[in-house]
Amino acid sequence: MLEIKNLCVQLEEEDKQILKGVNLSLEAGKVHAIMGPNGSGKSTLSYVLSGKGGYEVTEGSAHLEGNDILEMEPEERAAAGLFLAFQYPVEIPGVGNMTFLRTAVNSQRKLRGEPEMSAGEFLKVVRAKAKDLKIDADMLKRPVNVGFSGGEKKRNEILQMAMLEPKMCILDETDSGLDVDAMKLVAQGVNALRDGKRTFLVITHYQRLLDHIKPDVVHIMAAGRIIKSGGPELALEVENNGYADLLEETA
Amino acid sequence: MVASSPKVISDRALHDAELISNSGAWAKNARQLASARAQEQGLPQRRDEYWKYTRPDVFVQKNVALIPQACPEIGIFADQMKTEIVFENAKLATHHLPEIDNCKIESLSNASTLDLHWVQDIYGKLELAGQKPVERSLAALNTAMATEGLLVHATGQVSSPIRIHSVSIGITDAVIHHVVKVEAGASVTLIETGQYGARSNVVIEVDVADTGSFHHIRVQDGKESHMLTHIFASIGADAKFKSFTLTTDGKMTRNECILDLVGDNSSVTVAGACLGDSNFHHDDTVFITHDAVNCESRQVFKKVLRNGAVGVFQGKILVKAGAQKTDGYQISQSLLLDEDSQFLAKPELEIYADDVACSHGSTSGAIDEEALFYLRSRGVPEPKAVDLLTLSFIAQAIGEIEDPDLAQAILSYLTDILEAR
Ligand SMILES: Nc1ncnc2c1ncn2[C@@H]1O[C@H](COP(=O)(O)OP(=O)(O)OP(=O)(O)O)[C@@H](O)[C@H]1O
Ligand SMILES: [Mg+2]
Repeated sequence: MLEIKNLCVQLEEEDKQILKGVNLSLEAGKVHAIMGPNGSGKSTLSYVLSGKGGYEVTEGSAHLEGNDILEMEPEERAAAGLFLAFQYPVEIPGVGNMTFLRTAVNSQRKLRGEPEMSAGEFLKVVRAKAKDLKIDADMLKRPVNVGFSGGEKKRNEILQMAMLEPKMCILDETDSGLDVDAMKLVAQGVNALRDGKRTFLVITHYQRLLDHIKPDVVHIMAAGRIIKSGGPELALEVENNGYADLLEETA
Repeated sequence: MVASSPKVISDRALHDAELISNSGAWAKNARQLASARAQEQGLPQRRDEYWKYTRPDVFVQKNVALIPQACPEIGIFADQMKTEIVFENAKLATHHLPEIDNCKIESLSNASTLDLHWVQDIYGKLELAGQKPVERSLAALNTAMATEGLLVHATGQVSSPIRIHSVSIGITDAVIHHVVKVEAGASVTLIETGQYGARSNVVIEVDVADTGSFHHIRVQDGKESHMLTHIFASIGADAKFKSFTLTTDGKMTRNECILDLVGDNSSVTVAGACLGDSNFHHDDTVFITHDAVNCESRQVFKKVLRNGAVGVFQGKILVKAGAQKTDGYQISQSLLLDEDSQFLAKPELEIYADDVACSHGSTSGAIDEEALFYLRSRGVPEPKAVDLLTLSFIAQAIGEIEDPDLAQAILSYLTDILEAR
């Protein structure tokens, strides 16, 4: 699904290298998790993949279903099936959540040359999906993320994901700020989208989320590189011992 | 360059002499006084501090060859409107003015020969009161020379808004003067759409009695037009005044709003939003005087500018001695979509009372890159994402509109305009 080869990234503004040759191969239908110390480059990886400005790719490549996504505009990547649930979702005052969602869904459809979703159909679908995530009608009407609690923002990200039905989902610390019940809701939301083809890259600091969303592969990222990959047991190891041993191993 | 905009008013005086002599008693008197006032003040000059950011030339030049453009009939407010009055080439095209409950509507051209006491107390009087501390001679000229206008007398709750729609094809100058009187406990909403002329000088005088309530919504969309407007309002106690203007086109626009809070516990709002592109100059000049206790005033202006468009805001809150518990709020912001565009702001506070809360702020900024990326990452193409952020930026000003249906109508209209450009 997503092939990342030797991805090297530095900041456009300053001469600071953040990703130093990341290799990842995410097969269709699988759940991969990335863990790693603060500042190791996890969010940067997710931003570069989704096309945020300010970063320069100096080497390497990233292909989504064989297509070079690094050449695409962010909206084209989205239409191609890439989705990023933000670590810090952005507030957009004055734009209703519903308007935003419908614009997003129909923009993607248009970019793909598909017919737009009618207002009626959209309403039906969004109501059902919002209900699953315990997002009430009021939250749908309010401006995007404005005045939402941390946990509400994260659930709103998952609602967007559910509506957009991407092929490749990147979740950047979607679990942080969630209470125990919200975490279950979000995990259910993600698991409901697992259909054997859809692929997930879950960035997290905690094993807890991985209890609910069972990963196939766990990667450890440090200082801009994937330093170790393994099964779910790797997450447990981090949970129990921290990163010190792992960092030493590879040093 | 002074030669191109003389200070003396000569030809104009000749022109209004005829109009004045043909007017009935009260109108004649008001017009003569205004004419003398304008003569004495002279035309605004470029060097006037008050016209620092906006050149008055186009409003004062004698022989301007401005081409009026047909304004497309807009579907805005179609659902809400029951009472519509049409102006064509600055003349009333609605010959039988609507008769509605709790409200009497007359035309200026007709009424100047009638003995209308309530109009006599307002026509030219509020304009005169608004001549201090700065002279607004073009408003005085308007009082002297206005050829048409509506006189609206609300004596109770007027259930549906009164819409004035103007079309102008083939005339240059329009001098229009409306007068509104809102009696105690009465309320009325006035909506203006379209354009009166290629170059228009419009004055609205509004007298809101104690416990009265006045709402005003204006959509300015004349393509090549040059619009000068003045609102002069006097607001009594426990009363309300709200005005919102959306400007989506026009080469040169200056909207002045002069409000006097003369009764306690009242609230006023002046809000505006504009979308400016290239040859577009848009000036909001507001002067609010608090001369009573426990009043609230709000000024909310949002300007979206691109391709060298210019936005101007001059806003002043004057709190007189004794106007305690005044709550004054003023915000003027611009969203500059490129580096060629410009926003000039001059916010002012002058306070002579001690128990007062006043805040003001003015900002200029570009599109928020974080928000733009967020939208694009959801598949929204860049131009559409910019439109959404533009709406986001303007939302606060639209939020000042009292009636949610009218606010929604403005929002949909704006969305269509953005989509079309
Ligand atoms: N725009 C930027 N300007 C300056 N430094 C940046 C920028 N973006 C990222 N960095 C730096 O790059 C490094 C990696 O940041 P990144 O946000 O990717 O880390 P992370 O692994 O997601 O950390 P966390 O676990 O705290 O979320 C950090 O040192 C960060 O300060
Ligand atoms: Mg991060």
